Amino acid sequence: MTESTTTSMQAREIVKARPAWHVMLVRPELMTFILLVIGIYVGSLLSPFFLDVNYILRSFTLTAELSIAALVLTMVIISGEIDLSAAANMALSAAIFAYVQAAGVPMPIAIAAGLLAGLAMGALNALMVIRFQLPSIIVTIGTLIFYRGLAQVIAGDRSIRVPDWFIGVNNVLIADIPLPVIIFVLVAIVLAIVLGTTTIGRQIYQIGTNPIAAKHAGIKSNQIKVGLFLTLGLVSAVGGLMTASRLGSVRYDIALGGELQMVLMAMLGGTYIFGGRGTILGTFLAAWLLVIVSTGMTVANLLPAIQLTVLGVLLVVAIIATNFIYSRTQR
Amino acid sequence: MLKSSLLAITAALMLTGGAAYAQDKTEIVFVGKNTGNPYFDSLTQGFVDACQVIACNFEFVAPATAEATSQIPFIEAQIQRGVDVIAISPNSPDALNQVFDSAREKGIIILTVNGDITGNEEHRDATILPTDFTKVGADQVEMVGSLIGYQGEIAILSATTEAPDQNFWIEGMNETLANDSKYANMSLVATVYGDDQPEKSTTEMEALLANYPDLKGVIAPTTVGIAAAAQVVQSRGIADQVKVTGLGLPSEMRDFVKDGTVEAFQLWSPYNEGWLAAHFAVDLKNGNATTDVGSTFEVPNLGTITINEGHSINTQSALTTFNASNIDEFNF
Repeated sequence: MTESTTTSMQAREIVKARPAWHVMLVRPELMTFILLVIGIYVGSLLSPFFLDVNYILRSFTLTAELSIAALVLTMVIISGEIDLSAAANMALSAAIFAYVQAAGVPMPIAIAAGLLAGLAMGALNALMVIRFQLPSIIVTIGTLIFYRGLAQVIAGDRSIRVPDWFIGVNNVLIADIPLPVIIFVLVAIVLAIVLGTTTIGRQIYQIGTNPIAAKHAGIKSNQIKVGLFLTLGLVSAVGGLMTASRLGSVRYDIALGGELQMVLMAMLGGTYIFGGRGTILGTFLAAWLLVIVSTGMTVANLLPAIQLTVLGVLLVVAIIATNFIYSRTQR
Repeated sequence: MLKSSLLAITAALMLTGGAAYAQDKTEIVFVGKNTGNPYFDSLTQGFVDACQVIACNFEFVAPATAEATSQIPFIEAQIQRGVDVIAISPNSPDALNQVFDSAREKGIIILTVNGDITGNEEHRDATILPTDFTKVGADQVEMVGSLIGYQGEIAILSATTEAPDQNFWIEGMNETLANDSKYANMSLVATVYGDDQPEKSTTEMEALLANYPDLKGVIAPTTVGIAAAAQVVQSRGIADQVKVTGLGLPSEMRDFVKDGTVEAFQLWSPYNEGWLAAHFAVDLKNGNATTDVGSTFEVPNLGTITINEGHSINTQSALTTFNASNIDEFNF
């Protein structure tokens, strides 16, 4: 603690403090926001059918589950870890839920089984990363394949239907806004408060910036990281159940490739892949950016090849801009 | 704040954008399984050609991958565009139910083309299938029988173990072999699955040849499987001993037919599916046709089409057989 304070004191004597407007504006989220505005503008030029709030909100529900999990993943990445198994977790927890309810178990118990499965998957990741000290990227690539495989063992190549009353979470409107969007916004607000204003939030940044210093400062890194993995596991399971409700059926391949989309959201929002930097606001904006960009192109009937190219360019731009801004402001 | 400013822009755009799209032509979109599939190029061409002679505008869209949910954003986009008819080759028998329902609530007609949402038929208006799928099994058995003189061991090289169409046809093949005395001297020794992947199909074909040295014929009711099987037979030079047939694309099988590796194989015309679907869509929209079972409508070049049980339509009554004499007439 004392060591790091001294260095930053010295640094302050050398480097002049940045003016307030600079601190406020020159940050990676600003770039995400600008891209978002450009995306909306270009989308409206591409198709006259694009600028319809209800359509954009409806389109958001198609990836809302991934976006919600991406918010938690952002915190995992800031803490210096990564979890690539979240999308596979969605598929497996949904498959377990669907399998259990199809076997005749009452719905509340089936839902609880799905959520517990998600929590258990988070716990398995945490066990290997924290207890066995294995790199999280390797561990979660492994569990990503494992969870997805297990989902296929349970569901087979078929779909499992869910009861009619459970179908359609995306059609539940509150004040004209689909429920998944509201959940996403609420989760974002809660996590932004936790990360931005609480002690635990500050400690997450410290663990990610300098794990050794954090340890010396008495921060309980392991507990916090276990908590993050468990939270992501549980939130992924909720996402899996929401997907099941949206589609009306469960297959082993739901949210296939979703882990990359989640990482893409975090990166586009300015989260630094090696930890220590990033915000919930950034990922929040990036989730909207992705929806705007992809629906803008889809409603203009652009071919997927063009869409993939544009998304790739966006990511590269985001990474360059993020690194540029961080190198200018925080070194 | 974002929402209210968006609303304002939307309102402004609706004033300008609405007029341009008001017209009498039927707006048809075909949502393919995925992009870059020659089979669907031919089907799409049927739509394109039809819309040059009748009153429709046609567009083709497709996701990058044929995954169960990948078509959903594309259907949502078509709902938003306010098209009249969505024709689709569904990637899933049930994952699209909800989005189909919301499209139909908006008055959009949903036609499944070249594949149906079996078990969930109430979520679409009608289906257009290339041929009567209940006859495919029998037709294929007759095909291989005629090639091997109705005598000897045969095997089936299929797609995945869960592929609904292939499993239905294989069931038909088994029934035909068991019940029709014409095929009494033929025995089905194995049914293997190449998962519609060229490498796996090739491996399975080689395993068949190794395990059954007396094998006379192979039915591969999948375009990937038949091409892989033909490749194996060609490279081993055993076309005289093992006859490969099944369902294949003329474009992929042309060389094998020309060099004698494959004598004959079958399929239907995807082009006619598109041609028929476009005519049906326009007639439905204009009230000149209905989806009622038993009703009929006219399609140029194809004649009178009847709506069968389950609101289904077939573009042709039997499979087309391709061989050296006619393969050059087909370019899909």
